[in-house]
Amino acid sequence: MELILLFLSAVLVNNFVLTYFLGICPFLNISNRLDSAFSLGMATTFVMTMTAAVSWLINNFILIPYQLQYLEYVAFILVIASLVQLVEMFIQRISPSLYEALGIFLPLITTNCAILGMALFASMRGYSFIQTIIYGFGAGTGFTLAILIMAGIRERLELADVPQPFKGAPITLLIAGILALAFMGFAGLLAV
Amino acid sequence: MKNQYWHDFGKGIWQLNPVFKQLLGMCPVLAVTTTAINGLSMGLATAFVLISSSLIVSLIKNLIPRQVRIASYIVIIATFVTTADMILAALFPEISRALGPYVPLIVVNCLILSRQEAFASDNSIDRAFMDALGMSAGFTFALLALSGVRELLGTGEIFGVPLAAGLFEPWMVMILPAGAFISLGFLIALVNHTSQSLGWD
Repeated sequence: MELILLFLSAVLVNNFVLTYFLGICPFLNISNRLDSAFSLGMATTFVMTMTAAVSWLINNFILIPYQLQYLEYVAFILVIASLVQLVEMFIQRISPSLYEALGIFLPLITTNCAILGMALFASMRGYSFIQTIIYGFGAGTGFTLAILIMAGIRERLELADVPQPFKGAPITLLIAGILALAFMGFAGLLAV
Repeated sequence: MKNQYWHDFGKGIWQLNPVFKQLLGMCPVLAVTTTAINGLSMGLATAFVLISSSLIVSLIKNLIPRQVRIASYIVIIATFVTTADMILAALFPEISRALGPYVPLIVVNCLILSRQEAFASDNSIDRAFMDALGMSAGFTFALLALSGVRELLGTGEIFGVPLAAGLFEPWMVMILPAGAFISLGFLIALVNHTSQSLGWD
């Protein structure tokens, strides 16, 4: 039960994009089309869940026992970079067509701050191994949800008559603001 | 030669402003700009990391093999971020608490990585320094502008000084996440409009 609450809180109440502002770059830049937004969301969720597991193991079995916590940032970012590389090779082997479709988005997952942010939040709050994995999966799902909603709205926006200075980034940010207001409605849902 | 320096410095402030034009490093921009003092501290911390990393990358650019350059840049950046984090925690514990996890997240600020890849890695150290200085100034300027607007409308204060207290009911929403997106949207539209009507591109 507690794990379900943790998952829901990471997806809805504390959505990484709309309340912590993590992963804004892909959220603004890759939300033009629904299908690419969905593929990116899935790849990010996968990397996030894996990062959650590996970074917890490294933190609790290497950094803390040897008192190397000051290497936390360097260690985590290296974990993320190597995982992204691994996922890239894996997808290329298993499904070349998906690899083609994701293209440049794959390596860019490394600099998605939502992933490093998730690893740091989990280590700060002292989550257990299982909790960390659920948290990572929830954060990835929340990211996918936000980017999908945004892509859906932006596909329709192409037909709208937007004033010249608001074209592109400004109107996207305004939509994100309204989405964030809507997500505030989840705030009272759970107390985690 | 002198003009070259001015160009390297100046482009980061307006034409290639990291926040208003390139839309890079948006996470800290939106997250910490609830008060002007937080915005300024984040701008200065990022400036420290960007300038130091650009200097180092420009110095050792010929020693780094092309295939591992991104990983090397990230390790260099992460080292300076750890330094900045420790300095902040030791000297300004209150600011360090207010910025929280967004200081370590400077590691993945795409602005810093993109300057290493786009400029410092194939320019001399003095030009890399001017470029980093200009980008930092542009970034800090944008953070200050956004946090000034949000603090003034959200609480009626700027830097904690009650400038407009009592003149209007503070707009709570400006302090909340939604206010960050909406005010940045309007600021970018304003910058676009100014660029277009004055021909400052």
